[in-house]
Amino acid sequence: MAQRTTEIVVGLFMVAGLAALMFLALQVSGLSPKSAGATYTLYANFNDTGGLAPRGKVSMAGVTVGTIESITLDKETFQARVAMSINKNMDNIPADSAAVIRTSGILGEQYIDISIGGDMESLKAGDAFYTTQSAMNLERMISNFASGR
Amino acid sequence: MMNQIAALGRIGIETVASFGRASQFLAGVVFGVPRPSVGFPLLIRQLYAVGVLSLAIVVVSGLFIGMVLGLQGYTILSDFGSEAAIGQMIALTLVRELAPVVTALLFAGRAGSALTAEIGLMKATEQLSSMEMMGVDPLRRVIAPRLWAGFLAMPVLAMIFSVVGVLGGMLVGVEWLGVFEGSYWGNMQASVDFVDDVVNGIIKSVVFGFVCAWIAVYQGYDCVPTSAGISSATTKTVVYSSLAVLGLDFVLTAVMFGNF
Repeated sequence: MAQRTTEIVVGLFMVAGLAALMFLALQVSGLSPKSAGATYTLYANFNDTGGLAPRGKVSMAGVTVGTIESITLDKETFQARVAMSINKNMDNIPADSAAVIRTSGILGEQYIDISIGGDMESLKAGDAFYTTQSAMNLERMISNFASGR
Repeated sequence: MMNQIAALGRIGIETVASFGRASQFLAGVVFGVPRPSVGFPLLIRQLYAVGVLSLAIVVVSGLFIGMVLGLQGYTILSDFGSEAAIGQMIALTLVRELAPVVTALLFAGRAGSALTAEIGLMKATEQLSSMEMMGVDPLRRVIAPRLWAGFLAMPVLAMIFSVVGVLGGMLVGVEWLGVFEGSYWGNMQASVDFVDDVVNGIIKSVVFGFVCAWIAVYQGYDCVPTSAGISSATTKTVVYSSLAVLGLDFVLTAVMFGNF
């Protein structure tokens, strides 16, 4: 085969590879150019984080506004401390809002839902949620129900 | 008794020596890149031979594996009423695991064996030694373009495999079995992370491409220059490449995804 034809075919092969990478980035992993924008960190302490995992979503009224950065155990209070990175343009979360761990569907993943409060003041970078609600634990609920408490 | 011990020792020395030869060979090839004006056309020709000509088998396998994943996943997930999660299952299985591994196995069988046979025959017909006589370094002229072509072609093939597999899964899941298209893509995008999943998959395929191409060219270069020698070298290429890919896959998976 002529060198020129070979070069064209190999060029097309490389273009196909780049197109595949673009497809994997945009369509499969849902990477959008703006999602890497500026964020700020908020904290919340929970008694039980259940199956919450880093990279999980933080949502408000069902709309994703951030992701879970890390989950660590506070050695003083034995509570789990969850760091969340929230999109910078969501800078007016009322200071008395509550962080609640919810499950999407029955078998779905767990995520943090922010219930909006009514305070005029808003949370700033590094602040912690005052009110939190831990993950619903089915086994504990059943055992509480069975023992009549 | 002493004979057996001596035989064991000989095997050990042989193995270590062969690894040493392979490493020296690799160093010579990787650092002995020819001048761009000479090397580029050679590289293009090899990319055509190992990459473009492997495309058909990779696309067909990717399509069928995606379709099988769609069918199997639907059967299992519909028991739990969560067949909408099929997109996430197909994409994660393909991107993290199946695309790099299966592409590497196909690559070893389709391209690796051809590389070994070609180089082995060049050695048997003394083309390599006549090159040396003419003052052309066969490592640079013959081996380096083939190694680099394998190294470059493999990640491209694996990415194409993933894309075709995801589309094949959609064909079965969405078009045939009636999963809602929005939840197919939506679940996928919510659970697949670009850096953690896609990039790690590409890193895997780069490593596999490198290992497969290295084994293939080394076995060809190091073979016994007879017809029996070439045939056993070709067999060794496929066997060693497959084992190396599967073993390395476990190690890489443990490093990349085993942090729990």
